[in-house]
Amino acid sequence: MSNLETLQNTAPKSKQPKAVALISGGLDSLLAAKVVQEQGVHVEGINFYTGFCVEGHTHAIRKKDKEKEKRNNALWVAEQLGIKLHIIDISEEYKDIVLNPKHGYGANLNPCLDCKIFMVNQAQAWAWAEENGFDFIITGEVIGQRPKSQRKETMPIIARESGADDRLLRPLCAKNLIPTLPEREGWVNREELYDFSGRSRKPQFELAKKFGFEDFAQPAGGCCFLTDANYSKKLADLWEARGERRYELDDIMLLKVGRHIRPKKNFKLIVSREEGENNFLRGYKRQFTSIHTVSHGGPLTLLDGEFDKDDIKLAARIAARYSGGKHADKVTVQVENYQGSSFVLDVEPMTADAVKQEWHV
Amino acid sequence: MSQHQLDCRNLLCPMPVIRTQNALKDIAEGETLEVVCTDPGTLNDIPTWCRINGHTVLSTEEQGHEIIFQIKK
Ligand code: SF4
Repeated sequence: MSNLETLQNTAPKSKQPKAVALISGGLDSLLAAKVVQEQGVHVEGINFYTGFCVEGHTHAIRKKDKEKEKRNNALWVAEQLGIKLHIIDISEEYKDIVLNPKHGYGANLNPCLDCKIFMVNQAQAWAWAEENGFDFIITGEVIGQRPKSQRKETMPIIARESGADDRLLRPLCAKNLIPTLPEREGWVNREELYDFSGRSRKPQFELAKKFGFEDFAQPAGGCCFLTDANYSKKLADLWEARGERRYELDDIMLLKVGRHIRPKKNFKLIVSREEGENNFLRGYKRQFTSIHTVSHGGPLTLLDGEFDKDDIKLAARIAARYSGGKHADKVTVQVENYQGSSFVLDVEPMTADAVKQEWHV
Repeated sequence: MSQHQLDCRNLLCPMPVIRTQNALKDIAEGETLEVVCTDPGTLNDIPTWCRINGHTVLSTEEQGHEIIFQIKK
């Protein structure tokens, strides 16, 4: 029997309302949950793993990131609030959102509006949320904060299309919106909610200070790789090269690692930049043809696409350019296919300016 | 009391946390779960997840690249 069931069966029927908060790990969702919690509502958190979340794998791969404190921001937020957190893997279902967003993309390949609708819907649809009598959903949305998904006109779209309707409360900007069910029922006091709007984050910082939160995450590009221009460019390149818009979890993880160089339409190289990436890419040797330098220290390189002998030679020359032998007359590399058979090749490293700028994805 | 095991090697955070969370759902109160991870991020994330959800990490052991957690539900 789970904790929740025990609680439900033994506790007297209390009137304490229960809310599910969408916790992204950023400041806004932290504050939204806190505001509602302060009003005596029982809050639990949900965090969705889309595959594009910044704090996932990234910190585990590169050495420079290893020195930073490793923490999952959503977990940290939940601990600050003293609430339970349920993390849900939606990476499979999420593909459809990224590939076919009904409401289009933001500045990059970020389908924010569809994403919000989907997450709120998931939060509501999530069987136990309803089974355990959760009354409403909280998000940290603020009107006007994001140009596309957080406009006054889109707020009702999210509420309606997600199916949450007026059980969706945005505590940080609720006073700018029509009263929702939790407000009308008196589960929360509308007067103690906020009226934030616009892109300035000053009111959020002030509220954070009031609550005594200091160490919250402020990731530069948000907490999702899809808002990152460089990342989106690589994803678009992947789709174009494949001639179709599709991806697997491995594809989108590899886009976060190494230099991506496409010297010809038919294939690209993923060249590791340091030891941590080397180790990570080694895990993919059974799925890709790989090149590593034998005569000199150097990167591990994966080849993605279709290529012939001449392409392999070209790739080996590029890989050699990033090795310890970049100024040598010749570098020996080992080329290994995904089944493990390999051969050795001597190549002349490409010069820095021969690796064209436009090849870098 | 039975001992359950979960292999999260080569998975990157937050997948080990998600798998641990799901595995704990299926075991009885008081039972233990051994989780083996390779992502150093789990050193922080798994104990934090256990703390906020009311489970106990009995021990954390590092063996080479592997991190082994014993968790009591
Ligand atoms: S930034 Fe990413 S996670 Fe956030 S709403 Fe947009 S698509 Fe979704």
